[in-house]
Amino acid sequence: MLGTVVVSGLRGTGRVALLFVDVIRWMLHSAPDRRVLTWQLYFVGVQSLPVILTTGAFTGMVLAYNSYFEFLRLGVASWTGPLVAKALVKQLGPVLAGLMLAGRVGGAMAAELGTMNVTEQIDALKTMGTDPVKYLVVPRVIACTLMTPVLTAFAMAIGIAAGFWLTIHGLGAESHFIWEQTRDFMDTYDYVQGLIKSAFFGCSIALICCYKGLGTRGGAEGVGKATTEANVASCICVLISNMFLTMITMMFE
Amino acid sequence: MSEEGSIITLRDVYKSFGALHVLRGISMEVRRGETLVIIGQSGTGKSVTLRLMIGLLIADSGQSLFEGRDIAKMKNVELADMRRHFAMLFQGGALFDSMTVGENVAFGLRAQGERDEKKIEATVTEKLRQVGLSGTAEKMPSELSGGMKKRAALARAIAENPDIILYDEPTTGLDPIMSDAIADLIIETREALRERNITSIVVTHDMHVALKTADRIIMLHAGNIVGEGTPDYFRNIHDAASAEDMSEREIMIRQFVRGEAEGPIKAVL
Repeated sequence: MLGTVVVSGLRGTGRVALLFVDVIRWMLHSAPDRRVLTWQLYFVGVQSLPVILTTGAFTGMVLAYNSYFEFLRLGVASWTGPLVAKALVKQLGPVLAGLMLAGRVGGAMAAELGTMNVTEQIDALKTMGTDPVKYLVVPRVIACTLMTPVLTAFAMAIGIAAGFWLTIHGLGAESHFIWEQTRDFMDTYDYVQGLIKSAFFGCSIALICCYKGLGTRGGAEGVGKATTEANVASCICVLISNMFLTMITMMFE
Repeated sequence: MSEEGSIITLRDVYKSFGALHVLRGISMEVRRGETLVIIGQSGTGKSVTLRLMIGLLIADSGQSLFEGRDIAKMKNVELADMRRHFAMLFQGGALFDSMTVGENVAFGLRAQGERDEKKIEATVTEKLRQVGLSGTAEKMPSELSGGMKKRAALARAIAENPDIILYDEPTTGLDPIMSDAIADLIIETREALRERNITSIVVTHDMHVALKTADRIIMLHAGNIVGEGTPDYFRNIHDAASAEDMSEREIMIRQFVRGEAEGPIKAVL
């Protein structure tokens, strides 16, 4: 049982990696379709903004609320600032944005490509001499890789802003100390680390979901199955790769 | 190399999907300029045969040749070049549902690097007119009826000026009148492109369409070819008063063309 899970996981990872190689090859070979790319940038970037802002804001606030009272008991209430900022920038921002995008964007990609597959639209592309990886996957991978860090930056910013707002205006903490402590603790590399991770998440979400979509078999049921699998696999990928990426990026701190 | 005049050759082709053996060693030649109709029950490997010809599937063993070249050995670029000679009409139309009908028809032209928007628009208008769908260029595929979708898909297929058109079940799901209209359309398309000497391959289980459009008919059953001949040969079998003196294969053909449940071919419900 465990063996099967591990083997199928490894096989999937290998195939996604092969798809990535194919994507890179097409990127070097020719420019992506402008229309598809523009639409994907809009769909991934602009249309995900409300979800990402909500996620960031409420995570920042609840984090601030909880840690403020703990720190208050220890007499170091101003530590709330650096804790909220550091947690959001290094972990919660990239990971939560990644998970939200895996759900919203990844699901849509798997379902769209899956439907195109079962209705023979992918075959139709091929017969017209258009490679589906070049035409469909490349723009999606580019859009996700570029837009995920941008959205993550929004999540970080609104999370910190909302957390600080609650601490200062809602709970009555001294704003001067909060900001000062935060400035002392934060490093530019913290932001870089978070954004590098999120670019990786974006790229893997697009690859996994396109891979699942292109491999869809068997009608509406197959599309549903592919979408679910794509969601689960990309969420798991975000969570697992986050740990290793954190370890790797922290080596350079 | 290929025989004189044959554009597509299948040589002893086998194809299975898992435990399902769909094709069990079929060989056929498609001659340039002819209309070949492949008939047979659902699930006998007709569509698979079509997909092998255009390289959407690769044979497990045996060869699929285009102008004497083995498709399995082609690189991606060569395969894409070969497919420029083909157009395929899919069973459900397979129109890109995120685009308008006009954009669908223009897709192949744009994919081939045509940048002259005026020329593209003229071609789109012309091809839509040819299939009797003038004025639908701005519509989305979801706004079209089943028959209109098939026509739009045909307009998209012929927009690229193909040498070979593959029709996968062109009349499935259409009423008899619309089916006959599609059969006429297949003939008209061939006649309109007469000077290009285009080859048409039609996969169908609709005998009316088969007899009306074909120069030659091949019947598949259980992954094998059971009969081949002119429409007249099939008509004669259909009209023969009794099945006595017929070979086993001819009895199978007779059962199919007459559409009878009783006979050597078992209907699997």
